[in-house]
Amino acid sequence: MSTRLRWVLPFAGLLGCAVAHADQPTVPNTLQQRIAACTTCHGVHGEGSSGSGFFPRLAGKPAGYLVSQMQNFQHGLRNYAPMEYTVRLLTPDYMHEIAEYFSAQQVPYERKPVPNLAPSSLQRGEQLVTAGDPSRKIPPCQACHGKQLTGTEPSVPGLVGLPYDYISSQLGSWRTGTRASAVPDCMAEIANRLAPVDITAVSAWLASRDVPADTHPQPAGSIAPPLRCGVLQTSGGGT
Amino acid sequence: MKRLGWLWIPLVLLVIVLAAGWWLSQRHRQVLISPEDPAIAATLKDPGVIAKGRYLATAGDCVSCHTARGGEPYAGGRMLPTPFGGIPAPNITPDRDTGIGQWAFNDFWRAMHEGIGRNGEPLYPAFSYTSFTKVTRDDAIAIFAYLRSLPIVHQPNASLALRFPYNVRSTLTAWRAVYFKAGVYQADPSQSVSWNRGAYLVQGLGHCNECHAARGAWGGLNADTALSGGRIPEQDWYAPDLSTQANGGLQGWSRQDIIDVLKNGQASKGAAIGPMADVVAHSTQHLHDDDLQAIADYLLSLPARAAPKAVSASFDSKPLADRGSSIYVERCADCHGKDGAGVPGVYPPLDGNASVTEPTGINATRVVLLGGFPSVTAGNPRPYSMPPYAQQLSDADVAAVVTYIRQAWSNRASAVQERDVATYRHTPID
Ligand code: HEC
Ligand code: HEC
Ligand code: HEC
Ligand code: HEC
Ligand code: HEC
Repeated sequence: MSTRLRWVLPFAGLLGCAVAHADQPTVPNTLQQRIAACTTCHGVHGEGSSGSGFFPRLAGKPAGYLVSQMQNFQHGLRNYAPMEYTVRLLTPDYMHEIAEYFSAQQVPYERKPVPNLAPSSLQRGEQLVTAGDPSRKIPPCQACHGKQLTGTEPSVPGLVGLPYDYISSQLGSWRTGTRASAVPDCMAEIANRLAPVDITAVSAWLASRDVPADTHPQPAGSIAPPLRCGVLQTSGGGT
Repeated sequence: MKRLGWLWIPLVLLVIVLAAGWWLSQRHRQVLISPEDPAIAATLKDPGVIAKGRYLATAGDCVSCHTARGGEPYAGGRMLPTPFGGIPAPNITPDRDTGIGQWAFNDFWRAMHEGIGRNGEPLYPAFSYTSFTKVTRDDAIAIFAYLRSLPIVHQPNASLALRFPYNVRSTLTAWRAVYFKAGVYQADPSQSVSWNRGAYLVQGLGHCNECHAARGAWGGLNADTALSGGRIPEQDWYAPDLSTQANGGLQGWSRQDIIDVLKNGQASKGAAIGPMADVVAHSTQHLHDDDLQAIADYLLSLPARAAPKAVSASFDSKPLADRGSSIYVERCADCHGKDGAGVPGVYPPLDGNASVTEPTGINATRVVLLGGFPSVTAGNPRPYSMPPYAQQLSDADVAAVVTYIRQAWSNRASAVQERDVATYRHTPID
């Protein structure tokens, strides 16, 4: 493709330019090329690493959510040193552009390994997602993450197609304080109300679900969050 | 470690001095509001002075140190790492209880010019007063006026996280006697106005020397090694020699190259990476063109350096470089070019690059592990980035490819070994 361009350019009257750059690599002027750092870990289309890899998927997540996560890494609310280093100097404009790119990517979900759990445990997981557990003041996950669990614009991410390891480690990070979000941090409250066996149950049930055909997030304003969440109060989620 | 043996004798003496110093400083604790000189008080309210102060504070990059990550600007709380422990930068917003709300200009002047705090205590040189002492009184008034105009943030200062005996401020008395001399910048009449402005900014507010010079065992800087390059302790980056003349770290850099890197974060000779990317993003990209010209004028006049001692070939690095050469072709040449020339405005050249050939090999090793973006600036708002190789390359592979780029083309720098790579994998990132 790029070799062909080299032939076209001289005819377009740009002979000088083309010759001057002939022995230099031709660099596509695309965002995808610019963000090689990000795509090395997250995949060219934000598909995440395959297998039980640790690099999360970014494709199709709400753009506002992606921006707010980058800001959380910048501010040290979320900790993973290489991420913190990479995003530390990005401006809001550049972060928005990058978030839009990943948000617009449509890549099929890959099935990731899920631990073998007793049916009762999976039932508990399903119960937490669809009905919550009023005795422990745990609201249903669906109340915010959407009926189909595909997330809600602009700031609530989907819970479908996420690997077991990723879901359980994120819930764990909220409990240990290596992940935090704008106050009031509803997810931190929820993660702390979940017992460790609940985290296993809910993560396994979510990770073993089929991904719905339409993975678009629900429109903004279509949920009534049962807890107050800082990120839902400022649209776009920037703090 | 061996050195520490004899340290105990001066230390005992020190403790005695310290006890006395502490007692003296306690007597001064209750300093109340200092009355402001009426002439200065009026100047502090002048919007023109405040605007000038804002620009000068940017040139001094005060905000970087005096802001915690995710915190309010200038409200302090960032812990500065030193080999002796952490020193928190204080709140310098005009809050009366936790900031500088009760300070008069003279208190501020003593801090900037003499490195003495409001209660008479010596300040740690993690605050760059060893450079800021060169700032003129008028400029200091403007900076103070700007700080006094900031939104008030109530945020108590964190406590020192230094090890004994360094946590006792009077230990600084001896240090100051050796390494610190107060004095405003004196213009050199044999040089142009622009050169003098450049020298003033580089030696003073820009505090370039705080990174770009080697520090002695006690964290002090010597005048005769000014801007000749040094390793930044705790952060593990190397700030190169800034001479553009023979054997200089920036040998062959033009005036435009210097301006480009400070303004856009990228020049035809290299990109600003690591801590320099932060300096460009927060400070130098905002400087006026004539000030950037001035800095370039001054840096261009730094003298030629002595030829480096021949690289001591303690081991034969050729096999390592050969292995590195094939890794380079496979992984790096697409962007940086087979000839190491890079792509102008997109990918920096590695041939003759100051961060590739600096004496230690730290910078190239860390960039290969971390990848990343150069500074995002108004002149380069959507920069291209480099992939991190920490996950993909073993320590031995990183050592090989870094050794290769340090010895390929016109580069003639020492080899990097596997064990060095292992160390830098574990350097904290902030
Ligand atoms: C060295 C590998 C690496 C690089 C480079 C990297 N990331 Fe990440 N990123 C990660 C990992 C690992 C996580 C998950 C961290 C955690 O568990 O909290 C993550 C998390 C994220 C998240 C949050 C995802 C979510 O669903 O909550 C976003 C958004 C993100 N990265 C965007 C980026 C962008 C944009 C870039 C480039 C500017 C980038 N990353 C570069 C490894 C990387
Ligand atoms: C009150 C609303 C609300 C409820 C109820 C809720 N969440 Fe969340 N959740 C959020 C918000 C908002 C975020 C985004 C947080 C951020 O910006 O860091 C989130 C993020 C997450 C993430 C991180 C996803 C990623 O890609 O990194 C996981 C995992 C998660 N929630 C799991 C759950 C589970 C499991 C439940 C049910 C037990 C639940 N949530 C219930 C609001 C909610
Ligand atoms: C390299 C980091 C750094 C930079 C740059 C820096 N400071 Fe500081 N500053 C510090 C640290 C650390 C201290 C605390 C020193 C101590 O506790 O002895 C400090 C102390 C001070 C103090 C004394 C405050 C008090 O409560 O005693 C003032 C005033 C001050 N800085 C002003 C400035 C101004 C103005 C600038 C910009 C021109 C600036 N600083 C740039 C790190 C920095
Ligand atoms: C996708 C393009 C790309 C690839 C592949 C790449 N780099 Fe880079 N490299 C960059 C960019 C962009 C920068 C400047 C930004 C930065 O790193 O902060 C850079 C910077 C550098 C620097 C610092 C230069 C300076 O001016 O300070 C070194 C050294 C380097 N790269 C070496 C390598 C090596 C060795 C490899 C292969 C293992 C490699 N690069 C692969 C794009 C790339
Ligand atoms: C916080 C430490 C720090 C301060 C302060 C600092 N520098 Fe640097 N500088 C570095 C480091 C580290 C590098 C090497 C990394 C790189 O190549 O960008 C560097 C590199 C450079 C380069 C070469 C850039 C390249 O692409 O190779 C120039 C020119 C430079 N600095 C000028 C300055 C000037 C002028 C000042 C004062 C206004 C200054 N620096 C202040 C740390 C610093």
